[in-house]
Amino acid sequence: MTAIDERLAKPRPLDRLVVRPEIGALIGAVVVFAFFTVAADQFLSGDGVATWLDDASTLGIMAVAVSLLMIGGEFDLSAGVMTASTSLVTAILATEAGLNVWLALLVSLVFALAVGAFNGWLVLRTGLPSFIVTLGTFLALQGLNLGVTKLVTGTVAVSGMRGTDGYASAGFVFASTVDIGGTKFQISILWWLGVAAAAAWLLVRTRFGNWVFAVGGSAQSSRAVGVPVARTKILLFMGTALAGWLVGSINILRFATVQANQGIGLEFQYIIAAVIGGCLLTGGFGSAIGAAIGALIFGMARQGIVFARWDNDWFMLFLGVMLLSAVLVNNAFRRRAERVRR
Amino acid sequence: MTSCRFGKVAALGAVAAVLLAACTGPAAEEESAAPTANAPLSSGPLKVAVVSHGTAGDAFWNVVKNGAEAAGKELGVEVEYNADGDPGNQAKLIDNAVAQRVGGLVVSMANPEALKPSVEAAVHAGIPVITINSGEEHSAEYGALTHVGQSETIAGEEAGKRFKQLGKAKLLCVIHEAGNVGQAQRCDGAKTGFGGAVQDLQVDISNPADAESRIRGAVRSDPSIDAVLTLNSQVAARAVSAARAAGSKAQIGTFDLNSDVVAAIRTGDVVFAVDQQQYEQGYLPVLFLKLYRDNANVVGGGKPVLTGPDLVDKSTVDKVGEYVRRGTR
Repeated sequence: MTAIDERLAKPRPLDRLVVRPEIGALIGAVVVFAFFTVAADQFLSGDGVATWLDDASTLGIMAVAVSLLMIGGEFDLSAGVMTASTSLVTAILATEAGLNVWLALLVSLVFALAVGAFNGWLVLRTGLPSFIVTLGTFLALQGLNLGVTKLVTGTVAVSGMRGTDGYASAGFVFASTVDIGGTKFQISILWWLGVAAAAAWLLVRTRFGNWVFAVGGSAQSSRAVGVPVARTKILLFMGTALAGWLVGSINILRFATVQANQGIGLEFQYIIAAVIGGCLLTGGFGSAIGAAIGALIFGMARQGIVFARWDNDWFMLFLGVMLLSAVLVNNAFRRRAERVRR
Repeated sequence: MTSCRFGKVAALGAVAAVLLAACTGPAAEEESAAPTANAPLSSGPLKVAVVSHGTAGDAFWNVVKNGAEAAGKELGVEVEYNADGDPGNQAKLIDNAVAQRVGGLVVSMANPEALKPSVEAAVHAGIPVITINSGEEHSAEYGALTHVGQSETIAGEEAGKRFKQLGKAKLLCVIHEAGNVGQAQRCDGAKTGFGGAVQDLQVDISNPADAESRIRGAVRSDPSIDAVLTLNSQVAARAVSAARAAGSKAQIGTFDLNSDVVAAIRTGDVVFAVDQQQYEQGYLPVLFLKLYRDNANVVGGGKPVLTGPDLVDKSTVDKVGEYVRRGTR
């Protein structure tokens, strides 16, 4: 081995596997899956699988977008409330203003992208941590959601989407079910797979993906080598807003109603899923597929506990222990990965 | 490169189109006549899933849970209680119960429209459903056997009426969960029942110190407020100390009981508590589902079974207080 430069040496297959950021999440997913398959009767039935995939799907869409942003070195705390804001914009325009659902969706898309761009612009313009800036937007959106909803409808929820123009066709795209072997799977699962695939491709196969890793690793050195830092980061913030819009659209068309306090606190679940999936809180390292798997673990555990008929008083404890162990496994692998690289 | 990317996009589009062809839109779900293979077992122990919109550790819902579990123990029914305050997550818990092929389902419908597809899917799978607490107006429409609960609006009206009888002029209605439909209905009901001036105040239940100072600020800045209605027993205790600190003459009435409220009614700090006897909302549905399975019994005759409101005041507080302590009132 001394004869060859170690940088040219071909790593062993196992070592090549452990350097992947999503490996910890993958192992975690297999463990959780195996555990609940044994512990709960109906976990592996068609309806059971449809239930936990459904739970994982909307969380997964957001986690994937959030993972890209985290790799780019930023946070978005407004992501959870954004899912409610976009639902509310769509619902108010469709039910109160009588707009066609598609047009309402378009307006809320523009709204979401504008908020995302604003987040990114403000972070770059002020140099403040995105944690602070998006905390501001989080609070502002929360207030807007409640204030506007009460102002327009006189109550704290908007409902009645099922009777609006274009509901059937929009619902077909965002909230229909696919029948596979007599079991109905939510179409949000397809969106989740599509978003994860698109994000993974964007991250590892395109120039933009390289920029994302670069600005997350070191914004200054990437600026020095000509990476458009501002554009990359703003686009990433718009990405989480876009995902928020997608999930908001899926929710409003599926449940046909939206409460003004929906989505609050979910932003942490997105970050948790991304971290389980191998994203570093410091940026520059992570994986979109990993985040999608992180969401899968979440969904399997959350529904698996119900399938196993455990007392739900202990649910949060289990979730916390599971998250910690997933992150610890990740950490161990990352350390091993760094040894392999050296 | 460009053409290659375009090819990929086109291929993805084609795949999506094929998959979409197998889809059923939410509006286009047709009902087939026979219940599917998911039909629950009709012999052996009855399994009942209770899915509420309460949050974990909530004092009110803990009593519902106690009621359901007590009924389960007494009647030999397996009862499983789950809860999530987010309507979407609650719908998923209902789907989960259907996937488990439970023998009966008990659902609180704080947001009926969001739960509609899941509740209907349960009914369609042949699972008898009983709604509790809220969602009375949609219960029958979605195919539930019956509804067990109190009408939030009626309960609010009763509270408002009681304040009116006490000769109050201006009422402050304290909402502790912004965005909760039921709480808005209670305050609206109180407005109707009270007839006089009613003002809403929003506080955050997870921050008791803030709740107390906001109530204090409200009664101090407007001395004409002589009645405060809180919608939760914990908030009631905050309102009592807020009124005292502000030197206000306002009297407190509240929804829901706990030992603090019982003590406060004894001392006269709280004039009444609207008790919807949620223990019954846990207990009765399990009993009804058991009777339905074993004897095809139904109750209510198409009307909801009302568990409240029962206004607890100084005259009844001693007896009720005992039951509050053991977690059944």
